[in-house]
Amino acid sequence: MNLSVHLDATVNQTIVTETNEFHAIEAKSLNVFYGDFLAIRDVELDIQKQKITALIGPSGCGKSTVLRALNRMNDLIPIARTTGEVLFHGQNIYAEGVDPVEVRKRIGMVFQKPNPFPKTIYENIAWGAKINGFKGSKSEMDDLIERTLRDAALWEEVKDKLQDSGLSLSGGQQQRLCIARAIAVRPDIILMDEPCSALDPISTLKIEELMRDLSKNYTIIIVTHNMQQAARVSDFTAFFTLTEDRAGVLMEYGITNQLFTNPKQKITEDYITGRFG
Amino acid sequence: MMTAINPRETLDRALQEVLDDILVLGSMVEEAIRDSVESLKQRDLEASRKIYLADQIINEKHFELENKCITLIATQQPMAKDLRLLASVLEISTELERIGDYAKGISRINILMGTEPLVKPLIDIPRMADLGLDMLHRSLGAFVSGDADAAREIPKEDDTIDNLYNQVYRELVTYMIDDTSTIDRANYLLWAAHNLERMADRVTNICERTVYMVSGEMREFDRTDDEMDRFGDPIQP
Repeated sequence: MNLSVHLDATVNQTIVTETNEFHAIEAKSLNVFYGDFLAIRDVELDIQKQKITALIGPSGCGKSTVLRALNRMNDLIPIARTTGEVLFHGQNIYAEGVDPVEVRKRIGMVFQKPNPFPKTIYENIAWGAKINGFKGSKSEMDDLIERTLRDAALWEEVKDKLQDSGLSLSGGQQQRLCIARAIAVRPDIILMDEPCSALDPISTLKIEELMRDLSKNYTIIIVTHNMQQAARVSDFTAFFTLTEDRAGVLMEYGITNQLFTNPKQKITEDYITGRFG
Repeated sequence: MMTAINPRETLDRALQEVLDDILVLGSMVEEAIRDSVESLKQRDLEASRKIYLADQIINEKHFELENKCITLIATQQPMAKDLRLLASVLEISTELERIGDYAKGISRINILMGTEPLVKPLIDIPRMADLGLDMLHRSLGAFVSGDADAAREIPKEDDTIDNLYNQVYRELVTYMIDDTSTIDRANYLLWAAHNLERMADRVTNICERTVYMVSGEMREFDRTDDEMDRFGDPIQP
């Protein structure tokens, strides 16, 4: 299903803004409040298509809030309020009438802690296909499960135990299963909120390799506290920090190699060299 | 009781150590060049033999410093200016080691000349050494103090050394033309002068690294190539 068609059909007043064809998603003057507290202020962020973008910054700077704002996950927090726009295919996902569930189908998410469904490995993936309206035969579903698990670099490890519970896998495998579940829905963008923080180094490297591979077909945005991970895996990095009133702001955004070797802002330099944060 | 924790304490201390080491290696190399030219001037073969052998100590110090940098990169994962500093130290350490090789080369020339007298008293060659050593000393000072302005200025002095080298070249060629029996000895001195001219070029490289370390700007300084001056540009005659 094409989201833009879907939105055109459902939104009373479609908001179409000129967007760059190289951008997967764009935040325009984005603010998120938790009650009266301004958590992120005036964020302007254009995410490049089929690239990996890392969001970094000290604790509490709002990077996870920004990530969650990109697929309306903040809607699930009762006191959260968002202003500004997030343009996806030129349309504001916060416009009246836009279905957040549809948004989240197109912009998937992988969380810090692996959270497979307490079902079989097979069913974890089949779920994604079913909500996407899959109506094929059993063998077609089998093919899709295999293809998806191969895309998530998990097939070889689980092909003989597809009927085992997803929870029987190791932490790293569970996280790859969650990534497989996310891509089974065929999203455009995958958001990852510290996806490796609960994993050992080898599992982490496997996820990073997988991200590299997936970025050929998907746009990936990752929040990470691990700067080496951001440096290793991402093409672009956005550095967020806190202002005096504790609001998170985007301080510097650029090509990862440049940001980590020669940042433009002194505050970025101070953060990535461990002078604060 | 522990007061506020400085998260950079270990890294800062290690980086300072690396900068100290660069100055130590620099002073070893400066001494080697100064002594090698003085030994040539005095025709002191024994001193030249010692300098020739002592080059090994310079090489070891270079490897030690290189190891320290690589270990720091592996264990501390430095970023931004810290990373540029270590990358620059790796480069500068190599430049210094090569300057040490020039001192060894000049010592070798003296040893090879044996008891033969100098074809002429040395005047311009010691001047080249003095000027080059002064540039080297200041370039290392600029590096450890992060003085990019000084680093941009020092390479301009390379022209003086190139001019002296051209002067030495012309003078020695005249000797060779006048009296072919001087060809070997004049050629030896030409090589000594060439080593000193190359030393100044390496000082320029050190200055380029200082600018990179401070600003992240990586570019070659304009330089007059004496070889190009003398023989013309081989690519575009």
